[in-house]
Amino acid sequence: MIQLENLTKQFGAGTPVVRGVSLRVADGEFLVLIGESGSGKTTTLNMINRLTEPTSGRVLIDGADVRAGDAVSVRRKMGFVFQEVGLFPHMTVGENIGITPRLLGWPANEIEARIHELLSLVQLESAAIVNRFPAQLSGGQRQRVGLARALAARPKIMLMDEPFGALDALIRDELAADYRAIHDKLGLTTILVTHDMTEAFLLADRIAVMRDGALLQVTTPKELAAAPADDFVKRLIEIPRQRAEKLAKAMQSA
Amino acid sequence: MSDLFSAGFANLPDYLGQHVLLSVSAILLGLLISLPLAIAAYRMAWLRGPSLAVASVVQTIPGLALLALFYPLLIIISAFTTDTFGFGFRALGFLPALLALTLYSMLPVLRNTITGLTGLDPAIIRAARATGMTPWQSLTIVELPLAAPIIMAGIRTAAVWVIGTATLSTPIGQTSLGNYIFTGLQTENWVLVLFGCISAALLALVIDRLLALAENGFAKRSGWRLWSAFGGIVVIVGVSLFPLFGHAGETITIGTKSFDEQYILGSLMQKRLNGAGFATARRDGLGSTVAFHALTNGDIDVYVDYSGTIWANEMKRTDQPGRAAVMAQMTAYLQKKYGVLALGSLGFENAYAIAMRRVHADELHISTLSDLAAHAGGMTIGGDYEIFSRPEWRAVTAAYGFHFAKQRQYQSDFIYRAAASGDVDAITAFSSDGRIAQYDLKLLRDPKNALPPYDAVVLISAKHAHDRKLIGALKPLIGAIDLKTMQQANLMVDRQTDKRTPESVAGWLDAKITH
Repeated sequence: MIQLENLTKQFGAGTPVVRGVSLRVADGEFLVLIGESGSGKTTTLNMINRLTEPTSGRVLIDGADVRAGDAVSVRRKMGFVFQEVGLFPHMTVGENIGITPRLLGWPANEIEARIHELLSLVQLESAAIVNRFPAQLSGGQRQRVGLARALAARPKIMLMDEPFGALDALIRDELAADYRAIHDKLGLTTILVTHDMTEAFLLADRIAVMRDGALLQVTTPKELAAAPADDFVKRLIEIPRQRAEKLAKAMQSA
Repeated sequence: MSDLFSAGFANLPDYLGQHVLLSVSAILLGLLISLPLAIAAYRMAWLRGPSLAVASVVQTIPGLALLALFYPLLIIISAFTTDTFGFGFRALGFLPALLALTLYSMLPVLRNTITGLTGLDPAIIRAARATGMTPWQSLTIVELPLAAPIIMAGIRTAAVWVIGTATLSTPIGQTSLGNYIFTGLQTENWVLVLFGCISAALLALVIDRLLALAENGFAKRSGWRLWSAFGGIVVIVGVSLFPLFGHAGETITIGTKSFDEQYILGSLMQKRLNGAGFATARRDGLGSTVAFHALTNGDIDVYVDYSGTIWANEMKRTDQPGRAAVMAQMTAYLQKKYGVLALGSLGFENAYAIAMRRVHADELHISTLSDLAAHAGGMTIGGDYEIFSRPEWRAVTAAYGFHFAKQRQYQSDFIYRAAASGDVDAITAFSSDGRIAQYDLKLLRDPKNALPPYDAVVLISAKHAHDRKLIGALKPLIGAIDLKTMQQANLMVDRQTDKRTPESVAGWLDAKITH
C-alpha cells in the first residue's frame, strides 16, 4: 500500500506547488492522477520515488517511510515511465532494458533472459530489436522499450507520468490497453498522471483530481461521473461526454 | 646543405623524444586537473564562471611569457622548500615547461566538458535517476559517455596547442623540437627553422588525426576506432620515448645562451667532455640571467659567460678597474658566494661595443663614444633584447650623456644587417662577431672605460667545482682561442654561403686547438 500523508512541496519562496495531499493507494490498484498542467500532479508523483523531496509530509510504502533509507534503493524498487521516455541513446534496446537489473548486480544470464521475457511482454519482436539503438525505433516502439525498462527489476509499483502523451492516437489507445492488461497480469500497483479525462476513465480503478496543488476528489470513475465534487470537476468530466456527442453528430451529418 | 640536414636528423630522436614526453605529460596532467574540475563545475554551477575565467586569462598570456614566468616562480618556491623542508628542486627545464603547458591545456578541456555535460537532454538525466543510478553511476554510465565526443574535441584542441607551444620551452632549458627553431633563428639557418616547424606540425597533425578518430569512435560508439586511435597514440609515444632511455651514469649538462658563439662553444665543450667519457646533455638558448641562475641552482653544470656580464649584472659593479682585476675579483666573488668555479678565460673578449657603418662614421668624423654623443640626438640606435635594460647600458649612457632619438630592438643576428642597411645609425655589437668585418662596421672606442671587459669565461657549478676529470677535460680550452679565431668561427655559422653548423665549426675549432 502507498500512503501519502499531508504532502507539501514549495520551491524556494514561491507558492506551494503541492499542498497537503493525503492519499491511499491499495495493492493492485490502478490510480489515475488527473489535473491541468501546473496542478502539481507530476511533483506529487516525483515525491513518491524521491526524484523530488517534499517540504513536509511523508510517503509510506507498506507502512515504511521512503525517506528512511537511501533514495537510490527506493527508486530501484519502483518502475518509472514518462512522456519523453528518456532512453539512453548510446545503449542498445537490450542494454536500456537491462539497466536496473545491472545496477542491482544481477548475473548476466539472468539479465539476458529477463530482457527477452520483457520484450515479448511488451510485444516487441525480440530478436530483431534487441541490438538496435533508440534512434532506430518508432515512437511507439520507444515507449514500449521504456515500459520494459521500468518493469525490468520486477517492481511492485509503477509510476507513470503522461506515458502515452506523445504518441499518435491509434498507438496510444493500443499501448494504454496493453499496459492495463500487464498491470492486471502482474498484479502491479500503478499511479498514472495524465490531463486526458478519456484516458483516465478508460484505465483507472480510481481517479484523483488535482487543482492548484490540492486534491479535490478521489473516487471511482462511475462515482466521479455521478457526483462531481464541484464545478471544476464537473466541467472536467463533461469534456469526454461532450466530445463524444459532437463526434456522433458530425458522423451522422456526414 | 646536406651537412645542415644531417645535423637536423641527428638530433631528431632526442628532440622529438623530449618534445613528446613533455607534451604528453602536460596533456595528461592537464586532463587530471581539468576533467575533475569541469565535472565539479557541472555539478556546482557557481564554480563555472570562476574556473572558466581563470583558464581564459591564462590563455591570453603569450605562451613564451607564461613559460618564462614559471622559472622565477619555481626558484622562489625551491628556495622556500630548501629553507623550510631541506630540499629544493630543479627550477629549469622540464618542470616549468610542464606546469606552463598544463595550464595552457586547460581551457579547451574545461570549456568543452562543461558545455558537453550541461547540454545533455534533461529527460535522459531524469531517466538515469529514475532507473536508480547513483550520481556517480549516472555520470559514468550516462552523462560522460554521451558528452564524450564534445570532450574529445576539447582534448584535441588542447593537444594541438600544447604540441605547438611546447616548441617555446627551449629558452627555459627544456629540449624540444623548438631547439631547431631557436638554434636556426640564432644562426640564420632557415633550413633548421623549417625543419623544426615542420616536424612539430607533423607531430601535432598525426596526434590530432588519431584523436579525431577517437572522437569519431565515441560518437559512433565504434570500438575499433577507439582502439586504433589509442593504440596509435601509444605506439607514437613509445617509439618517441625509446631513445630517452639507456642514459646510464651521471650526465653533465651544458648550458648555452641564445647566440651562435655560445652554440659553438657549447658544442666544443660537449666534444671535450664526451671525449673524456662523460655523458652530456644540452640546455640551449637560455636567457642571459637565466643561464647564470641555472648554474648556481645546479640545473646546468657548465657554460661560458662573459666577465663584464657577471660584473655588472650579478656583482652590480659600475667601476672599471681593468681587465685582469675584473677577472680576479669576479673569480673570487663566484667562489665565495656560490662555490662556482671560474676556470679561466678562453682567450678572447666578446664585449658589448657600439658600432656604425664605417662610411657613415668617417663622414661624421666619429671614432669614439664621445664623438658619437654629439650626434646621438638625431640618431636611431639598435640593440638586442637585453642591452637597453642592462646596467652596462645605464653606465655608458650616464658616462657619455647619450640621448638617442629612437631605440630599436632586434633579434641579435639582425642587428648587423640593420646597421649595414642603414635602418639604424648605430648598434650595440658584440666584438667577437664575424659580421663586424663582413659588413665593414666600425667599432667605436670607449675612452672613459664605461663598459667593462668581457672575457669569455668557463664557469663550472659548485657540484663539479672539484671534479678533476671534468676540469682536466676543459682546461686545454683556457687561453686557447684568440679573438680572430673566434670571429672566424662565428662567421662560418653566420655567413649566408657555405654555411656550417655550430657542431661542425666546434670540430674545426677543436682540431685547431689540439694541433
